[in-house]
Amino acid sequence: MDNLFNLFVRSIFIDNMIFAYFLGMCSYLAVSKTVKTSVGLGIAVTFVLLITAPLNWLVDFYVLKPGALKWLSADLADLDLSYLSFLIFIAVIAAMVQLVEMFVEKFSPPLYNALGIFLPLIAVNCAILGVALFVQERDYQTISEVTVYAVGSGVGWFLAITAIAAIKEKISYSAIPPGLRGLGISFIITGLMAIAFMSFMGIKI
Amino acid sequence: MNDTIKKERESLFSAKNIKLLNNPLNFENPVTVQVLGICSALAVTVQLKPAIVMALSVTIVTAFSNLIISALRDTIPSRIRIIVQLVVVAALVIIVDQLLKAYVYDVSKKLSVFVGLIITNCILMGRLEAFAMGNKPWPSFIDGIGNGLGYGIILVTVAFIRELFGSGKLYGFQIIPQAAFDAGYVNNGMMILPPMALVIIGVIIWLQRSKNRELIDKS
Repeated sequence: MDNLFNLFVRSIFIDNMIFAYFLGMCSYLAVSKTVKTSVGLGIAVTFVLLITAPLNWLVDFYVLKPGALKWLSADLADLDLSYLSFLIFIAVIAAMVQLVEMFVEKFSPPLYNALGIFLPLIAVNCAILGVALFVQERDYQTISEVTVYAVGSGVGWFLAITAIAAIKEKISYSAIPPGLRGLGISFIITGLMAIAFMSFMGIKI
Repeated sequence: MNDTIKKERESLFSAKNIKLLNNPLNFENPVTVQVLGICSALAVTVQLKPAIVMALSVTIVTAFSNLIISALRDTIPSRIRIIVQLVVVAALVIIVDQLLKAYVYDVSKKLSVFVGLIITNCILMGRLEAFAMGNKPWPSFIDGIGNGLGYGIILVTVAFIRELFGSGKLYGFQIIPQAAFDAGYVNNGMMILPPMALVIIGVIIWLQRSKNRELIDKS
């Protein structure tokens, strides 16, 4: 339990998707014009991560890993399908995003209206595939670890995009050197925020 | 589009194709102007070697996926085009990943998940959607190479600055002499940490926009 909580805090603050790994920067820079849309996108990313990361882990654990197909028959024990993982992961993510979109549209129209425009974008958000690949690389052993890590990463991403959106809303009233306006200053602010987040490094609970 | 129809057989390196190759290096740079592909760009820029390998991999994948999608563009139903594009890109990335593992294993270990993340690199989807779906295979191929190199230039520049000032080396070789360290020179430890990559990109954008004033944001 302690271990899981530690993982959760780590994935939000220390291994933050944006500030430590720069994953999902494209939508982070493009969609962070207002706080409202950023919150929508942040929730959508967390939601999709919550579904796709455990699913990808299951696929990896029971199908792709070297010797993972042992449960099917003893002949397949030395089969290694891990070279297929990129293809399978991205297919699972794209399919799940499509499915989630249809599901949400059917059962919760208000949520669909809030998230709808962002969902298709998420299939190609690096953070989603990034989490799946990090899970594979770090070799997490239980599904609870994976889920906690995925939700933590999502929350970290949500935090980052909401913060930058709030700063961007304020900064539109400031006098910025012309060459830095827009993209340049966003990068530098993100850099400063990343420095701030680095102060969490070394925290262990 | 009109002049491609007019000149059915233009030479392979006509002025227009050269422009496709040159433009992404500066005025339409995928990273600093089109805001594409930053996702996986920065994490591999601590040292020059992984950055160069990454830049080459992205260039190859962009060029060939542009070529393939452009050749298939009339047969792909538009409703499922995203997934078709993803499958083509993923297949190419698997090939690149296997090649890296076979020939430059140490770099491949350092790049870790970021090779896989080429699949979701926005440059790929951006160029496939914006260029390859509406142009012939050869110009698309050139466009892919151009954009890959435009991305590579930024990556290598950032890696150059970070490795030189962060560890006093370039491509693994000591550049700053021992005498300088003896005289009190210290490596800037900040350069190795992730935040500096963002700040360096910000400064590169600033320099580029100060030189080319038409790129400055209006707002």
